[in-house]
Amino acid sequence: MTHLTHNPDLTSSVIYGLGWVYLLLFLMNAYWVRRSYAVDGNFRLSLGGILGKGEQIPVAAFWAVYAGLLLMLAVTHLTGANNPLQFSLKMPEILKEPINRASNPVAFFIGSTAIYVLMIVLRKWWTTPTAGWILLNLSILFLALSVTDYDFRQIVGKPDNVPIVAMLYIVGFFTWLYFKKSVDNDERIAAGRPLFEQENNEKVLTWPDLVYSELICMVLLTAVLIAWGIVLQAPLEEPASAAKTPNPSKAPWYFLGLQEMLVYFDPWMAGVVLPSVILVGLMAVPYIDFNKEGNGYYTFNQRKFAVSTFLFGFLPLWVAMIVLGTFLRGPNWNFFSPYEFWDVHKLELLNNINLSELFWIKGLGRPLPVVPPGATFAQQAPIILLREWLGLVGVAFYLVVLPNIMAATVFKKFYVRMGFLRYMVLANLMLMMMSLPIKMVLRWAVNLKYIVAIPEWFFNI
Amino acid sequence: MSVGDYIRGSQIWKSIFRHPAPVDRRNRVVVMLTNFFLHLHPVSVKQQGIALSYTWCMGGITFFLFLVETITGVLLMFYYRPTLEFAFNDILALRDVTTLGIMREIHRWSAHSMVITVWLHMYRVFLTGSYKPPREFNWVIGVLLLVLTLLLSFTGYLLPWDQLAIWAITVGSNMARATPFLGYEGPGAQLLNIGGYDLITNGSDARFLLLGSRFVGEATLNRFYILHCVAIPLVVSLLIAIHFWRVRKDGGISQPL
Repeated sequence: MTHLTHNPDLTSSVIYGLGWVYLLLFLMNAYWVRRSYAVDGNFRLSLGGILGKGEQIPVAAFWAVYAGLLLMLAVTHLTGANNPLQFSLKMPEILKEPINRASNPVAFFIGSTAIYVLMIVLRKWWTTPTAGWILLNLSILFLALSVTDYDFRQIVGKPDNVPIVAMLYIVGFFTWLYFKKSVDNDERIAAGRPLFEQENNEKVLTWPDLVYSELICMVLLTAVLIAWGIVLQAPLEEPASAAKTPNPSKAPWYFLGLQEMLVYFDPWMAGVVLPSVILVGLMAVPYIDFNKEGNGYYTFNQRKFAVSTFLFGFLPLWVAMIVLGTFLRGPNWNFFSPYEFWDVHKLELLNNINLSELFWIKGLGRPLPVVPPGATFAQQAPIILLREWLGLVGVAFYLVVLPNIMAATVFKKFYVRMGFLRYMVLANLMLMMMSLPIKMVLRWAVNLKYIVAIPEWFFNI
Repeated sequence: MSVGDYIRGSQIWKSIFRHPAPVDRRNRVVVMLTNFFLHLHPVSVKQQGIALSYTWCMGGITFFLFLVETITGVLLMFYYRPTLEFAFNDILALRDVTTLGIMREIHRWSAHSMVITVWLHMYRVFLTGSYKPPREFNWVIGVLLLVLTLLLSFTGYLLPWDQLAIWAITVGSNMARATPFLGYEGPGAQLLNIGGYDLITNGSDARFLLLGSRFVGEATLNRFYILHCVAIPLVVSLLIAIHFWRVRKDGGISQPL
């Protein structure tokens, strides 16, 4: 926790900037008070009998109190920015410590998967406007408080990382919107009513109904881009030098999910095979999804399998991995908690072990079969195959036998309806996708490095 | 007669706009048919199909951002020279002294936004099941456009020639070294040899093809510059044209079937 150069958690400009954030949040919630007053109705408050039978209080009162607090926060920040050392409104250490301690790749992945599951299970509850609003407020408050931490600010405030924060909100919003609309449609389908998209669906003229929205959209976007360009300068670091390797060296942000996979897979898998599988898999989607329902409207119930699979691939395995790779991976690709200093000298013990070592050394108590140096390919092959037989058989089982077992059991209906070829494509794509979480779990559970380890041929899985 | 009427009655005006302004129903139909830019659209659309909460507008925004990238990119090309001697300094000057140097900011932020809006467009198309027949193949073209968008962004990342640029490209392109059979550290590459001579070396593998060199250097800068400014945009333009054309031919914008 201690490092030599002390960096201030708070500066005048941070406090001042947060003042504007809270002011904006106040305005948003002032609007929400009005909305809530109009639609949310009242609740009965008796304060344990003090108010007798109780008073009818509008729900909006809650929001009014909250908005008032936000206004006070805004004023405090906007007027108290001169003296950052004495300013005490910041993320308390008492919260930072447990968050830092609980953060690690295991918790991160399990957490994001849990959110994904909850999102689907609780889709009726979290898609109400009030729930959405509460989530939005909580996330903004969390971010605003976190920005008062120096180390957090260093990472999240990088100009190239700003779009990622924006992306999280945008993806979150559209996921919320999707579930909201599909819950509505699913209820309509269950009740035998027409879909939302089928009501009031008259033909209208493209001019003006569509071209005007397009024009407004273009004007707004142009304004946003110019404002963004003025406020935030594009990053430019020192001139390129092949001699000075930065630590960490990171790929562009949209590839950081793939770079994160390098922790679990060799480059030929993480950088070549799996990305190719992702793209081929995406292109194959229309040809393996035989479900004729859900064409052109939002629904979850009619497409449970397709949507769940896609959301799993997109949210925990793509977006969350980018977040992990961008914000939580520091020097030497070590994991750093959100409020942790990126220490170049942080050591992480790596005692990962290959499946062949587990089998021969730990299992049988014998040394690994050794390939003599300078052996030809023909001499190497039998020794290597003997050494790695368990992993090779395992992989073959996973990709060849397992799809057949699934065809006879859990995916029986799919197999019957899809036919052999389409089913095999689907099954293998699914298994390739699941190979990442499987390798993660194996790494965390038994420190497994490679299932098949043939460095002689650059063939490690 | 007012000046406006005089202009609208002139031969020049009438040669450009064949019909009166789209103020009545007939001319609102006609304008969609006779204007080159508007004829991408049908004359009329279903009301729910263009509802913002349904369509999210992300495909259109992506196309708009592509146009922004083209315009700002062309302006930047007038200024920027893709050589080791000038590249970094030109970007520095864009930041510090050049009039309208903000074009670089707009170019970069639009690029990031475009990656995100492509994802969201794909997200929406998936979640409404709009890739289903008869639109299967247009989805495939969309996936190709996604790849090309990422490649456009990736090749552009190198051009400022600062530490951020070359090391991001180094990390990204190191993957190519491990391509099965075609990368010199990839599985199977050893099998490709004739009479003891390796066909795949660090001077002939997939990474070398990408970088034009054994490391990220001047040849890479030139290669990425051409890919970024000419080669990929040409392919993208063609695919966008096909993508749009097929939206119309495959049953129009998404709607419940």
